Amino acid sequence: MSGVNDFAFKIGTVNGTGSASANALLMQAIFRMGIPVTGKNIFPSNIQGLPTWYEIRVSRDGYTGRPPLIDLIVALNPSTLKQDIATVRPGGYVLYDSSWPLDAKLTRPDVTLLDVPLGAMCREAFTRDRDRTLLRNIAYAGALAALLQIDIAVIEGIIAEKFGRKKALLDANHRAVHLGYDYARKHFSCPLPFHCAPMDATGDSILMDGNTACALGAVYAGATVGAWYPITPSTSLMDAFKEFCQEFRVDPETGLNRYCIIQAEDELSAAGMVIGAGWMGARSFTCTSGPGVSLMQEFLGLAYYAEIPGVFINVQRTGPATGMPTRTQQGDLLSMAFASHGDTKHIILFPANPAESFALTVAAFDSSERFQTPVFVAIDLDIGMNDWMIPRLTWDDGYRPDRGKVLDAVALEQMPKFFRYVDADGDGVAARSLPGVNGKGAYFVRGSGHDKFGAYTEDSTAYREVVDRIARKFETAARALPAPIIQRQDGADVGIVCVGSPDAPVREAVDRLREQGIIADVMRIRAFPFAPEVTEFLGRYETVFVVEQNRDAQLRALLTIETGVPRDRMTPVLDYAGQPVTAGTVVAAITAQLAGRSA
Amino acid sequence: MSSITKPSVRHPSARKNHLGLSRADYEGAMSTLCAGCGHDSVTAALVQAFWELDLPPHRAAKMSGIGCSSKTTAYFMKQSHGFNSVHGRMPSVTTGANAANRELSYIGISGDGDSLNIGFGQLAHAIRRNVNMLYVIENNGVYGLTKGQFSAAADVGSKSRKGEVNEQTPIDPVLLALTLGATFVARSFSGDKAQLVPILKAGLMHRGFALIDVISPCVSFNDHEGSAKSYAYVRSHEVETVAADFVPLRREIKVPETHAEMTVVRMHDGSEVRLHSTAPGYNPRSRDTAYRHVQACIKKGEVATGLLFIDDTGRCMHDMHRTVTTPLVELPYEALCPGKVAMERIVSRYR
Repeated sequence: MSGVNDFAFKIGTVNGTGSASANALLMQAIFRMGIPVTGKNIFPSNIQGLPTWYEIRVSRDGYTGRPPLIDLIVALNPSTLKQDIATVRPGGYVLYDSSWPLDAKLTRPDVTLLDVPLGAMCREAFTRDRDRTLLRNIAYAGALAALLQIDIAVIEGIIAEKFGRKKALLDANHRAVHLGYDYARKHFSCPLPFHCAPMDATGDSILMDGNTACALGAVYAGATVGAWYPITPSTSLMDAFKEFCQEFRVDPETGLNRYCIIQAEDELSAAGMVIGAGWMGARSFTCTSGPGVSLMQEFLGLAYYAEIPGVFINVQRTGPATGMPTRTQQGDLLSMAFASHGDTKHIILFPANPAESFALTVAAFDSSERFQTPVFVAIDLDIGMNDWMIPRLTWDDGYRPDRGKVLDAVALEQMPKFFRYVDADGDGVAARSLPGVNGKGAYFVRGSGHDKFGAYTEDSTAYREVVDRIARKFETAARALPAPIIQRQDGADVGIVCVGSPDAPVREAVDRLREQGIIADVMRIRAFPFAPEVTEFLGRYETVFVVEQNRDAQLRALLTIETGVPRDRMTPVLDYAGQPVTAGTVVAAITAQLAGRSA
Repeated sequence: MSSITKPSVRHPSARKNHLGLSRADYEGAMSTLCAGCGHDSVTAALVQAFWELDLPPHRAAKMSGIGCSSKTTAYFMKQSHGFNSVHGRMPSVTTGANAANRELSYIGISGDGDSLNIGFGQLAHAIRRNVNMLYVIENNGVYGLTKGQFSAAADVGSKSRKGEVNEQTPIDPVLLALTLGATFVARSFSGDKAQLVPILKAGLMHRGFALIDVISPCVSFNDHEGSAKSYAYVRSHEVETVAADFVPLRREIKVPETHAEMTVVRMHDGSEVRLHSTAPGYNPRSRDTAYRHVQACIKKGEVATGLLFIDDTGRCMHDMHRTVTTPLVELPYEALCPGKVAMERIVSRYR
């Protein structure tokens, strides 16, 4: 199955020991050899001392889903040796640190052991304890370079870029790489049957994680206010926003900032700040995860009803409650869609990878102002924190923000009288005024019952008129939001539906299903409320599978509520235990279902 | 919140301020609070203060949460933008609004339940951030709209109208603000407009978070004997500690009066606050003095009022964030977007 440029390996270490940079080095080197590569970091909710893994998949076909099989494991964590060795496919390889004897009970007859005395070599080569620990990682990277034929010159080039001016570090890293590389070349038959060979398939690509891409989207969209409360796995998003702002948003003359990032006391407050700034006319946003979305519910309802823009980026993690903070899930679909009490509904955009995280974050700011309502950008830990191979991001300087219907001072002066919630155009969107612009635009924002003039009301007819108009606004939005991406094949009789990160494994699964004679079309939904094409797609196929990463088939529930397609017409394919879904899981579930039906 | 439009009857000879606006222009909808509510007196003081300050109504934002007090933002300055948000969360909305547009005047009106119970955390952090705003707590020690439950401001031993006695220790917003580093801390009484108006003016002009705790009796649920927030109790136990006089910049500032206990504080716009201490040796620029004095009064069952503490050198939120002086909402998009060429440079780092 595995072969040249088609294999996966995994590194099991202890977190806090510095393996991340070695893993990034390997991935980057393979990428620079022009070979499609993807990495998944499986890490604990902990700073130091617990098991952590990194999976690298090399795929000449460009599949970026989590690898179906592990061909080689680097097993450096004594506490997980047994499970790590068990992870490898039959016929695979186990690289371990032979500085210490390996318990014979842990080995398997159907794998090949690669014994490399990483610790002993580093102890001999380096004097400082810190170097001995950190550089052991670079040494295993060197051994893998030999075994997997990763270009050593490329690796040395990356090390030189990183430590160019720090000669001592450069020399130490160089030496460590060669400790592993030379040892492997001397003791093993290199390369292994599966290995790398240069390609030309990554020239137009970059390696980027979704949190960075969302942050870049916020910068390019012109967001000026970011309010947040630290929460895994979203924290690196605001960190990245800050770094980009420090680079591009500092006034060159005064040294003052053209942005304001506020670390709030909690997510309630962060939501309030986003809404306050959005009301004032700034593009404002927060980034959070499930527990934060729970805390923001009341404010989301206020923003929905008072019609105030704001972008809420939710990097989903495994719930419920604290759940598994460093594991992925799509468990917040319902809590986002209908956040808050009363009749509410929220726009959600669903990027499937970091490239879309960038584009849809920009789109979210436009949609939010155009429809004067909070907009979620829903990604997950897999998209947010893992490096994905994506097309180079580009920017069109012709872009101008869609500020929606905002009345300026001149427009307000010309009006006989301004009323906040009057639907002049029949699309459900009423023009708004911004504070401080003109006295005629002044009105009273309230979460209490109001009529179309913005005045307090407890009158049934006046109340209904406003909430019905807001419902119409969402009908307009459904037709204007990013359309689903539909991939069709001739003769397809099965439909597969997904949102977000399962896109990559689902498309891989479709290829593998075709090999088995199952022809499937795929619809990846990119926005809620759903576009008319969504209902149309669901009606086309006798059999529709909905692939999602939660236990309760939340996407299917949303589809049932919104499209009227009966629940039982859609078969859920669910993978919700915290790891990114694999193509194998999707293929197995679908073939089992179809076999069961024909039997 | 309910409100009734007030008929706009204007006397042609009504006095105008420097903007050519009469006091009626600073009024709002008809109050729907109970007759005699202390909050309506605070509203009248706000109208007076902002009229006298020549505050352009459309450059002010009235912020509130939920409760009787929070309803009052509808009862003044109808030509201003207002935001009646959610219970206890007005500080965060104001913080975000201020981050986006630092040039508006932010007037937050809250109550003791809104600020000291449900919104305690938000108030505390707005103080710490030194958000540039006026923050008025209309403090009656009781929940009015839900009919008379104690708030966190109720004194130990206070009796509810139903005869229940409060045993929990109160949170004093003045001591809280002093502890958290607030740069403007005052206490007043809704029944003392002469004292309140200059404090409101100074508070609005203060650069930073200005907290004014206004004891404002609830005639329906907390004005009976046994209540420490009743008209009768406050009238008989009020100790005016520091009287303030606000002198706006445009008025010619004459030679300051010479008075042993007078402190003159120059506001950031050049106007002045003149503080007359009645307590011997009281220094309104000393946080320690203020803290000790307020505590001593509490021990004696007295209510210390006046502009108790002011620090005109504090750094406000925008100073701490080093934000540009132009409001962020007024920056053109071109000043915010790095553009196509920068994008090429950025992505080259991710190879």
